[in-house]
This record gives sequence, C-alpha cells and structure tokens, in this order.
Amino acid sequence: MILGKVIGNVVSTISAPGYESKKLLLIQPIDPDGKPKGKSFLAVDAVQAGVGDFVITLDEGNSARSILKEPNSLTIKLVVAGIVDEISL
Amino acid sequence: MKLGIVTGRVISTHKVESFEGLKLLLVQPVDENLENAGDPIVAVDTIQAGTGNLIYYETSKEASRVLETLMNPCDAAIMGIVDELFVKNQK
Repeated sequence: MILGKVIGNVVSTISAPGYESKKLLLIQPIDPDGKPKGKSFLAVDAVQAGVGDFVITLDEGNSARSILKEPNSLTIKLVVAGIVDEISL
Repeated sequence: MKLGIVTGRVISTHKVESFEGLKLLLVQPVDENLENAGDPIVAVDTIQAGTGNLIYYETSKEASRVLETLMNPCDAAIMGIVDELFVKNQK
C-alpha cells in the first residue's frame, strides 16, 4: 500500500458505470517523513478521508473491488483504505 | 488513476479484431497543476470524452474491464471527465 497525503479532490458527473457514487481523491505520495515523493494520482475514497489527511492507498484491482463490494466489471485499482493517525519510526 | 487532457483522436482501420468499433483518443498525462506529466498515450474511450476535456484514466489490465467482453485486451481506458478539480496549495 502507498503512503500519501490527500491534496485535493475531483468532481465528475460524466464517468464510467460504477463511478457515479464514488468520491475521487487526489493523492500525493509521501515518504515516511511526510515529504512529497513521486507523482500524484487519483484514488477512490472508502474511509471518508478529506483534503490534508495522511492516508494509505491500496493499489490492486481485486482487493479494491472487495473493499468497495463492487462486481468484477468495475475498472478500479486505487482505493484509499485508511487514514493515518501516526507513523512511529 | 491519473489525470490527462484529451489532445486528439486516433483513427485506426487496420487493427486487432477486438479493437473493432472502439474509440481511441490521444491523451496527454498531466499532474495536479495541469502540467505535462509524461508521454502522450492512446486510451480507449467509452464515455464520449472529446478533445480538450480534462479526464481521468486507468491503466493496466484493469482498463479492459470497461469493455463488454472481459477478455478484450486494452491497457488504458478513460474513466471519466473532470468537472471540477480542487487542489490545496502545496507551498
């Protein structure tokens, strides 16, 4: 799973079937010290994360579908699976 | 999923049979500041995106699930058109 910070979100009314009710978050991957590292990406929210939250994002289709209880026909890979309270090194 | 801007359309008549009838769009990947973030790609469009639209697309085998026949190969598919993009200022 990927450590990241929610830096924004996307509002979209025209989308592929199955995405209508989904909340799309813009995630900036970070290193464990919180510094940005790598390119941002979009993920479907499953834990009501908000902008500014540190989160863990799951990056695999079948797991994403089982988290969201979606059928096999939904194209999905990235799901925000948890909000990070603390990282102890 | 990544953000991208549709920059054109790819017409291909001589192609693998499973691509028959698919709309192929040229997409320029962009980052949250809408700056270029990689080389342009060709993605399958099933939601009638048009040139100039800011879209989001999925890659890898996942992308082929938007096509009716599951075993229909494609590695990039446009998933939706962005109406609004909100980005908290980083600096």
